[in-house]
Amino acid sequence: MPTLTYLQAISAALRDELRADERVIVMGEDIGVFGGAFKVTDGFVDEFGGERVMDTPLAESAIIGTAIGAAVVGMRPVCEMQFADFISCGFDQLVNVAGKMHYRQGLAVPLVVRLPSGGGFSGGPFHSQNPESWFMHAPGIKVVAPSTAEDAKGLLHAAIHDPNPVCYMEHKHLYRRVKGEVREGVFETPFEARVARPGSDMVVIAYGAMVGVALEATSDLDGASVEVLDLRSLVPLDEEAILDSVARCSKVVIVDEANQCCAAGAHVAALIAEKGFEHLDGPVVRVATPDVPIPFSPPLEQAVLPNVERVREACLELLEY
Amino acid sequence: MATHIAEAVPGDAAATEHLTLEDRIYLLRAMLLMRGLEERAMTLYRQGKVPGSFYDGHGQEAVSAGAAFAMGPADRLCVLHRDLAAHLVRGVTPARILAQYMGRATGITGGRDGNVHFGDRRLGCVGMVSMLPDMMLVATGMAMAFKLRREQRCAITWFGDGSTSRGDFHEAMNWAGVQKLPVVFVLENNQYAYSTPLDKQFAVDPVERAAAYGFLGVTVDGNDVEAMFEACRAARERALSGDGPTLIEAVTMRMHGHAAHDDMKYVPKEKVEEWRKRDPIDRQSSRLAALGVDVDGLRGSVRAEIDAATEEALAAPMPDPGSALDGVFCTDEAEPLGDGAAPWSGFRSDGGSDGGDA
Repeated sequence: MPTLTYLQAISAALRDELRADERVIVMGEDIGVFGGAFKVTDGFVDEFGGERVMDTPLAESAIIGTAIGAAVVGMRPVCEMQFADFISCGFDQLVNVAGKMHYRQGLAVPLVVRLPSGGGFSGGPFHSQNPESWFMHAPGIKVVAPSTAEDAKGLLHAAIHDPNPVCYMEHKHLYRRVKGEVREGVFETPFEARVARPGSDMVVIAYGAMVGVALEATSDLDGASVEVLDLRSLVPLDEEAILDSVARCSKVVIVDEANQCCAAGAHVAALIAEKGFEHLDGPVVRVATPDVPIPFSPPLEQAVLPNVERVREACLELLEY
Repeated sequence: MATHIAEAVPGDAAATEHLTLEDRIYLLRAMLLMRGLEERAMTLYRQGKVPGSFYDGHGQEAVSAGAAFAMGPADRLCVLHRDLAAHLVRGVTPARILAQYMGRATGITGGRDGNVHFGDRRLGCVGMVSMLPDMMLVATGMAMAFKLRREQRCAITWFGDGSTSRGDFHEAMNWAGVQKLPVVFVLENNQYAYSTPLDKQFAVDPVERAAAYGFLGVTVDGNDVEAMFEACRAARERALSGDGPTLIEAVTMRMHGHAAHDDMKYVPKEKVEEWRKRDPIDRQSSRLAALGVDVDGLRGSVRAEIDAATEEALAAPMPDPGSALDGVFCTDEAEPLGDGAAPWSGFRSDGGSDGGDA
């Protein structure tokens, strides 16, 4: 198996799908000739042409809206938001048109929106957000967030094959930092959680970039056996895997890079309170970004984002409970 | 490219060149059916059988009847709430429409959405959302797929004068112009967006904007069903020839309030009376009566159809509350839109299209 970066795995999935299925098109700002702001589609236009690797006008509502139109007449569009933050401009089309279409009219919208998300590189308030929970709150939209190169590929294949709108959260900080062996060809990673490291004294629940942070933070906690559960999919949420981990480990830390209010982790905490209460041996602890815009200057940004040290402290405190 | 702001659609001669007498009777019947169904639905609303509010297109019947009649079976439609005739032309039965208004299980959305928020996907139609004009972008995307697949078909969508103020209007017009897409934009100018008149909506007649996006804009008498047909037929022909989009401004008047609860006191009475003289159904009736068509007989048959539909819809069950959570996600293979009815005689020889979605 070849070793790919997280970014190369995303590119490989897109290339495989474009080769395998003529219904697949990719569309977004600067993704054609320029190859995308992060070079995910570098060279694609030469192989697949400008119609299937479409440089669009700078208009996010139109990118989502036209992709919906193409999807309902049989295409499989994959939209790139240049930064996940810009989905706010396409929010209405995604939430009101795409998300409600099947419930209202029985009409499937097979659409993928790729959302380069997350901070840690001085992107500032408009290039660092993690908007996944906006869409968890909107019925009819699936939300997935890979943390490894293998899952980056498999989840993207599965998202493109899914008959529903899927928000694919790709974390920019992982693009070139995360590497791993990745299967070749088309394969699907199920929209289910994965035990990233088994354990029995405590579980840290995370997704996306926070999985790596959780693994590093808990690699040596005075000999404690710490499980790390990688959610991989937020909608659907793998309740069974979460409750299974809670039952085995009894102590829970939930990590979000997103702002803490109503984040994915808040929903997971509520689930555990409702359905896993009798297994708990301590309060459910959350580590998340406080409810502030993501600041630009490195000391300010590092002051708000969850990091290895902050997760480690939270875990040590809970272990002592 | 120049915008044709003036009356670009010739009078009866050009229209009738493409319309048989049978077609012209069909257009009148579609408008009569739309008006009759909406009047019946208003009665049902007053009887408490239609939940929520009720929105109609009284006085605007020609816009959707004429435009939809010009579309082929494989063309795709994103229909607005005052355009019931488009659904009738595509083949939605009156009983299902009344059941839709009453939130019954047999309505097009099975009670999941109300009013004219529906589209029968098997007939090539997508129902609107309340955020206007979102569907302009959806129609543009359909046209993008048709062009990409080199298919001889187009998309059409309707939107109101108020919609021209929102960003999605600009984004759709620009995108369609840049990519020269086979899409027909029908701007249904009915003088008011809820209570807001045109002079508070735009400083320049929006049809003039078409030129700025690089395509043709035409203004049509939206109360003349044959003129509407002709403008849309020509726009479709341009679309299929690779000449890109057309913006058609259909000038008409919303003769009722925004919805059943709106007494429309913000509209001067004289204005309503003036427009009543231009009623699209009276106009088509006079034309056909002069040709010896039995218009009264036609009205009678439409009334009988509506009576039967009412009976059927009232007998239909309400949806099962236990099904309220079903269908949020598609769990089967995604099935694209299907083809609709295309009753215009002009399609009989060539089929008008090259089939359904891939």
